Amino acid sequence: MPRHQRRTSILLTFAVVLFGFGLGFGAGPAQARLNIEVTGGVEAAQPIAVVPFGVSDGLIPPVDIAAVISADLARTGRFRPMPTRDMLDMPARHEDVDLRDWSLLGMNNLVIGRVEADGNGYRVSFILYDVFRGDQLASSTIVSTKAGMRNTAHRISDIIYQKLTGQRGVAATRIAYVTATGQGEGQTVTLRVADADGYNPQTIVSSGEPIMSPAWSPDGRRIAYVSFENKRAAIYVQELASGRRELVASHPGINGSPAFSPDGRKLAMTLSKDGNPDIYVLDLTSRELVRLTDHFAIDTEPSWSPDGQQIIFTSDRGGSPQIYRMGSGGGPAQRISSEGDYNARASYAPDGRSIVLVTRVNGMFRIGVIDLDRGFMRLLSNGSLDESPSFAPNASMVIYATIHGGRGVLAAASIDGGGNQRLSQDSGEVREPAWSPYIE
Amino acid sequence: MTTSRKGLRASTPILLAGVLAGVFAAGCTSAPKQPPEPVAPQPQPAAPTTTVPLEPPRPVYAGPWEDPSNPLYQRTIYFDYDTAEIKPEYLPVLRTHARYLGTNTGVKATLEGNTDERGTREYNLALGDQRAESVRRLMIADGVPPNQLSTLSYGEERPANPGHSEQAWRLNRRVVIQY
Repeated sequence: MPRHQRRTSILLTFAVVLFGFGLGFGAGPAQARLNIEVTGGVEAAQPIAVVPFGVSDGLIPPVDIAAVISADLARTGRFRPMPTRDMLDMPARHEDVDLRDWSLLGMNNLVIGRVEADGNGYRVSFILYDVFRGDQLASSTIVSTKAGMRNTAHRISDIIYQKLTGQRGVAATRIAYVTATGQGEGQTVTLRVADADGYNPQTIVSSGEPIMSPAWSPDGRRIAYVSFENKRAAIYVQELASGRRELVASHPGINGSPAFSPDGRKLAMTLSKDGNPDIYVLDLTSRELVRLTDHFAIDTEPSWSPDGQQIIFTSDRGGSPQIYRMGSGGGPAQRISSEGDYNARASYAPDGRSIVLVTRVNGMFRIGVIDLDRGFMRLLSNGSLDESPSFAPNASMVIYATIHGGRGVLAAASIDGGGNQRLSQDSGEVREPAWSPYIE
Repeated sequence: MTTSRKGLRASTPILLAGVLAGVFAAGCTSAPKQPPEPVAPQPQPAAPTTTVPLEPPRPVYAGPWEDPSNPLYQRTIYFDYDTAEIKPEYLPVLRTHARYLGTNTGVKATLEGNTDERGTREYNLALGDQRAESVRRLMIADGVPPNQLSTLSYGEERPANPGHSEQAWRLNRRVVIQY
């Protein structure tokens, strides 16, 4: 089929399903929510009390703001929020706070707040205290729509987290992931995006054929992915807000491993159109396609350095899959993984000083982090088929896919050995997580 | 165009493998599928129901590869872990298909490459591509015109057996010749 014809038919399919979609989507995003369990590593966590927010008379906010903040802080592994039932007092105003009470309860920090009506929405205010020094560390008022209340709670969590740790928080970020239910012909594969706490799952695309390799644009507004919906692999870039998408690669052979450049203008990818899997870079505006590697071995899984100057990728040119680095315009490649006989799917930490990857240890596939300055590798996971690691934008955690109870789930591990999480769906497999960048 | 090929060397492994191939019968037929659903995150207002045309019904007998007593019935070959090298035991099978394609120039085949679940998904997509490409090159060397062959890698996304054991893995490291 000539290319322009194929593109037209894809656009038509797209229009048809967009119209039909109102029916399918209403069926139940609620059941599809990710459940998150915090799975340990919290002994060093700081005690903090987040008091249920005061509410004006007659107002019933759609979200328990304090509960969302407590859960956000607990998930970081760095805080141990006090259960509400242990609180002796629930002040909602500064004048009602007696910090000596909270000090006796062993709290380092206290958060109080209020929710008031504001037109059709709400006005949410909060104060963060240092219990020992008696200081107010932060206070703010945020005006929120009804639908935006969970996000408002996440933004407050991130203000608290940053004030207390010095590091930007990721409660208001999102996670893309692939779910699969059924097998073979009856399989349904869905690419979703949810808030970092698993709420508000949105379906990006759903198909009876495989969907793979979601990758965020640096502004968090678009996702690139691989879909086999036309019985062959193709790479699409989809805008989240509008659902509009564009077919960007549909060559003979594989079309895989999309990765946005840090400026969002280019997409690195793996194509085998010239006979062998090699790395290419597509300029998303000019559509110019540049081949970066030309080797009879497998070259795949490109990832850009944060400054856009380097690309790391997986190659088995030395006899086993290892990580190599080259300039983002191509040129000679140097091997950078030194230990082990299987290292793959590496990506840079946000600061560019380490990479996270999949490594084989005694036949087990695990998540490792290589410190690029010092060269050594540290293991972050202990499963047997762990894969698809992705750094949180503040580099505090890595989310990855693992198998738990015979089923595909996601897990998140703290880089500093703090908290760990497990993210699962009530049914089906969850895999290929991609943590979003910061979303403004 | 080649009209005569060197004789078929062996038919003994075909019986055995035919039994094995039966296991995948389900995976080898293609039923009408639901169309993909790209979806906007915002719920849309009620829209008119759209009828998506169904694929035409598949004929009961599509070709000799569906006949269990025909040597073309074996359409799957298996690989060792992390390699795209074709094992010598499968050469007769591939030559049978090459001869069929060489003499039936109107017939096209897709070579579907697959891997087991170990290792990363994109590396496995590339490995499945190399397995399919190995088979393609061999068949072209055996006289099949290149325009009759295409390749498609599913990597680890389409296991024949969804288990997590070597028993499942060995069945998943495969190339399937789809007519």
